[in-house]
Amino acid sequence: MAGLVNKFLPNVVANWEGDNGFVTAIWQTLYMTFVSALFAGIIGIILGILLVITAEDGITPHKNFYYWLDKLVNLFRSIPFIILLAVIGPFTKLIVGQTIGPTGALVPLVVGTAPFFARQVQLALVEVDPGVIEAAEAIGLSPMKIIFRVYLREGLPELIRSGTLTIISLIGLTAMAGAVGGGGLGNMAISVGYQRFENDVTIVSMIFILILVFIIQGIGDYAVRKLEH
Amino acid sequence: MAEQNGIIQLKNIDVTFHNEGKTIEAVKDVSIDVKKGDVFGVIGYSGAGKSTLVRVINLLQKPTAGSVVVNNQNMLQLSQKDLRSARRNIGMIFQHFNLMNSLTVYGNVDFPLRDSGLSKSERKQKIDRLLDIVGLADRAKNYPSQLSGGQKQRVAIARALANDPEILISDEATSALDPKTTTEILDLLGRLNKELGITIVIITHEMDAIKQICNRVSVMENGRLIEEGDLLSIFGNPKEQLTKDFVNTSTHIGSVLDEIRDSGIVNKLSGRLIELNYIGDSTNEPIVVELYKRFKVEANILFSNIERLQNTTVGIMLFALTGDDDKVEEAIQYLNGLKVNVKEISLKKEGK
Repeated sequence: MAGLVNKFLPNVVANWEGDNGFVTAIWQTLYMTFVSALFAGIIGIILGILLVITAEDGITPHKNFYYWLDKLVNLFRSIPFIILLAVIGPFTKLIVGQTIGPTGALVPLVVGTAPFFARQVQLALVEVDPGVIEAAEAIGLSPMKIIFRVYLREGLPELIRSGTLTIISLIGLTAMAGAVGGGGLGNMAISVGYQRFENDVTIVSMIFILILVFIIQGIGDYAVRKLEH
Repeated sequence: MAEQNGIIQLKNIDVTFHNEGKTIEAVKDVSIDVKKGDVFGVIGYSGAGKSTLVRVINLLQKPTAGSVVVNNQNMLQLSQKDLRSARRNIGMIFQHFNLMNSLTVYGNVDFPLRDSGLSKSERKQKIDRLLDIVGLADRAKNYPSQLSGGQKQRVAIARALANDPEILISDEATSALDPKTTTEILDLLGRLNKELGITIVIITHEMDAIKQICNRVSVMENGRLIEEGDLLSIFGNPKEQLTKDFVNTSTHIGSVLDEIRDSGIVNKLSGRLIELNYIGDSTNEPIVVELYKRFKVEANILFSNIERLQNTTVGIMLFALTGDDDKVEEAIQYLNGLKVNVKEISLKKEGK
């Protein structure tokens, strides 16, 4: 077995351990994905909820607020991520104190993902039957309780679905961030595999990323199945 | 004093929507006064403004003008917090049930009780009793998606009753149900009215639903309330054309007349066609026999419908009178003298 691995994946074995090795890269990718997913998730849910409740037919309509938030979300969603990485540098330095490495990648990843997720959250919550919202209002629930007990509860399967989608697209972004100094599997594939013509490294990086994607998709699908009645 | 004031008093309600430069007057100058213990029906076609009007009661819809007094409380002056607690006294059920899909039947009934301050075991007791009332005790652990429409509406009724409201608003609650289930749900509502003394406001486009449980009826058309009265007077003696249409649809006389017109029987019919409407005692008199005995006029009955509404008989009869012209005239005079509504119908002129 070890012989086979050595024969077909010589560069993977050579690059397995150490600061620039696969093990580190995998951890870096996981770190970038989940830490930024956490922050983008929180920001996205808050923004998404605000978009839903302040819309004209929401539970607390607010025309101006909705107008500007809507525009802002669109604006940030429109910036290509690779440009965002460069433009946002000073802001990144201000927040996490560095612009390179996995931690330096967190800020652009969060800024790039949160608006996307906010839109997904909005779409998920708008799907919640307005009749159920009305029933909750008729029962005498406050807007805050309607958000937590009705929107987030009824919209949960859809939120998990869009959360899964968001994390998967986030993994794609971590690969890009990696290539410009963030580390991780993307960096591995490009700066080792591609630039040094060590194709086995590129392929194995890709496989690791695919495995990660499948695991996340599987967990998401399972959770949705459990929750939907 | 309080007894004389209605439990729901809407005065001069206007509701106007502005939509993309267009102004829509959904409700125009409507006043209703619902007494405690009433089953108050609002009937009208879709778009008449019924749903908008009843939503004004619990301020799900803010009126553009007018006053809303429920339980002697001026709803429009309440703070948000007080409004929310006032809403707990007004249960509401909907056409599409509006249950939480993520909660079980039990969870749905528990939903309004979470802020009630009751302990978990008190809540359980209450939920079990409510599910018992609506006949779904064995379905507590099911999710709404596993229930039929009628069962879903029963869950919604249990949920609406959870905070012991004095008022229950039913917004087309039976419109999505089949006729048998509709009857069952209406029976249940009628029972709640009698047993719990709960005041019910029903909106519907079906006269049959009104007939089954309401004691008072309002008819709405184009945002206006065009006719109002107790069930018997509306049913036995409708004044506005729309009200007549609803009554005719319900008694089927409308379709019978259409059929007579279309089928060509018209040409074979001799004599004069009379429609009789009667309420109460006059039904006991053998009108047809009497007509023959007194005037030698034969009454050929084409259609007859008799119903019991609130323990009173309401009947409608359609017959052709044949005999000597002057005798027929006398017979009609005689009928006019009875406590019945007589209307001569001319089929040939009313072209269709």
